[in-house]
Amino acid sequence: MRSAEAFSLGLRSVMPLLLGVAPFGVIYGVVALQSGIPALAAMAMSSIVFAGSAQFLLAQLVGAGAPLLLTAGAVGLVNLRHALYSASVAPILAHLPRRWKILLAYLLTDEAYAAAIPHLIALKPNSSQAAQAHWILFGSGFGLWAGWQLATLAGVLIGTQLPSNLGLDFALPLTFIAIVVPMIDSRALFAAAVTAGGMAVALAALPYKVGLFLAALAGLVVGAALTRKAK
Amino acid sequence: MTLWWLMLACGAITFGIRYSFIAAEGHYQPPSWFRRLLPFVPIAALTAIVAPELLLVQGEIILGGGNHRLWAGLIAILVASVWRNTLLTIASGFVALFVLQRI
Repeated sequence: MRSAEAFSLGLRSVMPLLLGVAPFGVIYGVVALQSGIPALAAMAMSSIVFAGSAQFLLAQLVGAGAPLLLTAGAVGLVNLRHALYSASVAPILAHLPRRWKILLAYLLTDEAYAAAIPHLIALKPNSSQAAQAHWILFGSGFGLWAGWQLATLAGVLIGTQLPSNLGLDFALPLTFIAIVVPMIDSRALFAAAVTAGGMAVALAALPYKVGLFLAALAGLVVGAALTRKAK
Repeated sequence: MTLWWLMLACGAITFGIRYSFIAAEGHYQPPSWFRRLLPFVPIAALTAIVAPELLLVQGEIILGGGNHRLWAGLIAILVASVWRNTLLTIASGFVALFVLQRI
């Protein structure tokens, strides 16, 4: 696989997720303006922070005049689950120069990770294909980044005139289902999914998406514990 | 001006979280149990995002027929487990949602 093919694979894989992300980007642009954030700053936030739910939260807390430390802390909590993605891809990116690691870390969102990870797992370690793995992640990361910038721009410029309630956001859970379900091929993976899903529902009331992070951790522990027993 | 500093701080925090393990790789020796957790990250993290989207309606667990997204999601899960095709899964979920909303 050449680098261009790997990039294209990542880009194509993230496309269905853009369908779900675009409405969020538009709504973010609208919410940011309503919170009193200038259009230029609202757009810049999409490049500087580049994290959907954190940007919503940031806009709302700025609008509500929340203390700065609380706002920054809340953004950190909301994005805590990205540390799991970082740990997950770290071994695959270990051989890369630092500039690549910085670029891919900047682009490491839920969607970019989700779109790339089945392809990354399928690569045989130390094969010539595995040497191009970072291009897959770059393709999905760049695709999501570009889509997010365009969607927030549309939200800032055209805003409320765009229909935002078409149900397109359902593309996100559906694509995640399409990614996750075929990956579940053992009892441990199934148990990890059920644990994480159940815990996420049970802990959904916790603020700043902390429940998501704790639920994912619980899933990891249950999965690993079952693998150990099976051996 | 404060807003820009706040955005830069939040950007730095977000980047720091995403860069953490990628930067540390090779500079530390993680315990063996840590490596055993990693294969479960995609399944656990993504299912944690999906489950509340399907089961919760405005914070309440709704299992009845009124929760269209739950049933459309279950159909998508079934389609995904049988055909393992991304576009077919997404299309089936949207079609199911569309039909359920109009029954």
